[in-house]
Amino acid sequence: MTGTARRLWRDRMTMAALGMIIVIVAVTMLASWIAWGVLDVDPYRQNLVQRYRPPSPANLLGTDDLGRDNLARTLIAGRVSLSIGLTIALVSLAIGVPIGLASGFYGGRLDDLTNAIIQTLINIPTLFLLILLSATLRPGVLVLAIIIGGLGWMGTARLVRGMGLSIRERDYVLAARALGASDGRVMARHVLPNVFSMVTVIAGFDVAGGILAESGLSYLGLGVQPPVASWGSMLASSLENVTRAPWLVVTPGAAIFLTTLAIFLLADGLRDALDPRLKA
Amino acid sequence: MTSGLARYIARRSLHSALLVLLITVLSFSIMRLAPGGPAQFLDDPRIGPEHRELLLESFGLKDPLPVQYAKWLWNVVRLDFGYSFIDRRPVIEKIAERVPATFQLSLTSFALGLLGIPLGVYAATRRGRWQDQTIRLFTVFGNAVPHWWLGLMLLVLSASTIRIFPLGGMYTVGDGSLPDRLWHLALPALVGALGGWIGFSRFVRSEMLEVLGQDYIRSARAKGLSARLVLFRHALRNALIPLITILGSSLAGLLSGGVLFETTFSWPGLGRMSVDAAYQRDFPVLMALTVIFSFLIILGNLIADVSYGLADPRVRYE
Repeated sequence: MTGTARRLWRDRMTMAALGMIIVIVAVTMLASWIAWGVLDVDPYRQNLVQRYRPPSPANLLGTDDLGRDNLARTLIAGRVSLSIGLTIALVSLAIGVPIGLASGFYGGRLDDLTNAIIQTLINIPTLFLLILLSATLRPGVLVLAIIIGGLGWMGTARLVRGMGLSIRERDYVLAARALGASDGRVMARHVLPNVFSMVTVIAGFDVAGGILAESGLSYLGLGVQPPVASWGSMLASSLENVTRAPWLVVTPGAAIFLTTLAIFLLADGLRDALDPRLKA
Repeated sequence: MTSGLARYIARRSLHSALLVLLITVLSFSIMRLAPGGPAQFLDDPRIGPEHRELLLESFGLKDPLPVQYAKWLWNVVRLDFGYSFIDRRPVIEKIAERVPATFQLSLTSFALGLLGIPLGVYAATRRGRWQDQTIRLFTVFGNAVPHWWLGLMLLVLSASTIRIFPLGGMYTVGDGSLPDRLWHLALPALVGALGGWIGFSRFVRSEMLEVLGQDYIRSARAKGLSARLVLFRHALRNALIPLITILGSSLAGLLSGGVLFETTFSWPGLGRMSVDAAYQRDFPVLMALTVIFSFLIILGNLIADVSYGLADPRVRYE
């Protein structure tokens, strides 16, 4: 076992977080099977006689405003929330990593240009732009994720840029250059592998950030639209349910909280394991 | 003021002005080019073709886009954002009505959030001990939980037990006295302050640890100054300077992030207004809010950057 893996294995908190993520991913991916097979409910069937039922053996976490099973819906919505979070992270990594890497590696004019773009995007009030875009475009799930990711890659680019900057000065990069390696080769073979582990950490934070961003927008009713449900959109109507059906408020929010908490803890632990010197 | 600083301020101001202009172009383009656009209400079959022409004319929708933009921008500069599509009232009038509510909530949250500063100082002085660990745990949890959901949970708690706090709104209809208003403000302001507690405490903690490791702190201790004096006179003062850079953006974040809190607590502010405008596709209102908020945020960041330059002579302007 390498040093990193051993340190990770010994870090109980991080292992618990990893376990939790595996469970969350498993139950959301198997949501349909669990709903029909295990819970024996149809998460899509409306039953107006069964509205706002509190938790009972038949509906473990109660029913919603249309009489649908809350637990089954939370699991199914989790699939949407997790996929959106993942897509947002992929988009912001796909933009942020190459931009950060190139501007850290080349510096100079390119660095100035990307800095100017980053400064500009950071100064734009993202939430308002998102509200504006959802009002005009009425985007679907995928477009929504791409928009959120496209507006949120700046942090990733900055971190990668900083790492690229420091790696550029290392001796092994100098050695590779002395042996006649091209820029592309140095970046692909020497810089990228060395930032890769940190990129996985950043990816974790991006996924969690993506889940939080989507949930906020959907909570406002401007994100995921029915009949698709995400954890955020399940909470959109919960204001009317604060007194009538508090379980509808608790479940999706708790799911968001536990998921992002587990991802944050795992990413934190991973960072400490990769570079013990950074540990607080 | 050195010429370097003056140049920096000039360049930074120019950048901000260009940014504001860019955002006006951006929001204008999104509105006009999006499917549906502002003329969508004309799809109503009850509107005859002759009226359609007349309406397009009266809304200025027949001009070429750059002309429309220039006209709109000229009006915006004079704070004329046109009329709401929904109730035909001047947009600026509708916005002005909501400004006090938003400022009241965001400024109170901001002020309460500043308590994160002493929290961070305390954590730094107790580094590694249980007090520091507890504060760290609080920030980790606080970062993972959507604060608006925490607000919802507090509402659930308040609704299902004794009603310690009201279930939203700014005041009880028919009351509106100061204690009543404060009672309504308490919960949203506390939830809004969470971001400050987390952000400021983490920032100040790491700045304090950084400063406490400096040579001049060791010198101050070596010459026998009391720990208190070193902490407050030597360390804290220097640790707080970089805080200036995040104060502006955090206030800006509260202003725009207020959308979520205003929705949760039925607070009749600008954030709630923007969401309603988005539902109703009330474009003039939506554009006005986007432009105004962008302007405030950019101005806030500009002021923060410039004051940082003034406060810390070590900042270099390359």
